[in-house]
Amino acid sequence: MRTIGFSFLLAFVVGGIICVIGQLIMNIGKLTPGHTLSILVVAGAILDGLNLYEPLINLAGAGATVPITSFGNSLTHGALAEAEKHGWIGVLTGMFEVTSSGISAAIIFGFIAALIFKPKGKVD
Amino acid sequence: MKQQQYNTLKDQITPKIPILINCLKAFVVGGLICSIGQAISFLYMIFFDFTEKTVGNPTVATMVFLAMLLTGFGQYRKLGQFAGAGSAVPVTGFGNAVISAAIEHRSEGLVLGVGGNMFKLAGSVILFGVVSAFFVALIKLILVSVGVASW
Repeated sequence: MRTIGFSFLLAFVVGGIICVIGQLIMNIGKLTPGHTLSILVVAGAILDGLNLYEPLINLAGAGATVPITSFGNSLTHGALAEAEKHGWIGVLTGMFEVTSSGISAAIIFGFIAALIFKPKGKVD
Repeated sequence: MKQQQYNTLKDQITPKIPILINCLKAFVVGGLICSIGQAISFLYMIFFDFTEKTVGNPTVATMVFLAMLLTGFGQYRKLGQFAGAGSAVPVTGFGNAVISAAIEHRSEGLVLGVGGNMFKLAGSVILFGVVSAFFVALIKLILVSVGVASW
């Protein structure tokens, strides 16, 4: 059984490394954050197809579930789980089975925020 | 001025991106955000009956809620200026993109403003996530039916 401190360390290191990969794509590839996030999501989806993302979650916990790569992973995961049960049609129907929380939370909290917060304008 | 001269001049004048420092900032801030996520995961595992397999979903939702507070009070943009990818890559960055767009376009009305612009920035993430998941699942389904791979 891992100690709690060690799982925090693993979450910190793995999550940090994924963010550094994103930073490298942004700085060296000179891409916008939008492009970078899209690339990472696709990478997460492919990694899950190769059965490599699940071990990463087992290893690092939130270090692997909090970065946006886990969004691609859970989309693929839902699609694969349904495809295993129902065949072709499952690829479509299973897509949002696992991953609903991120999107629904973003929509709901985005709506609430639009009602209660005022735009802040430029920071500087 | 010729194109080539222009390019060399541009390279001279554009400030060099401090890649190493940027990566260090991204590592520390991204790592800290994931550690906060880990703490939330532990809370869900201790006080609610989530397991290590299922705890990802409520954690992500809670992180997006925290992103709403930080975005609403104007703090997430400051964090983003400092941390770059460190604050953009975690799911809080996705939440921030949705929520800031929603707040920004509130003045145009709830339907056309908030509803129409909410996914202006984050829509590409959803699009490419869904499309790539579709093709990955399809390819794997074909490989399994042919008998090359297993689930």
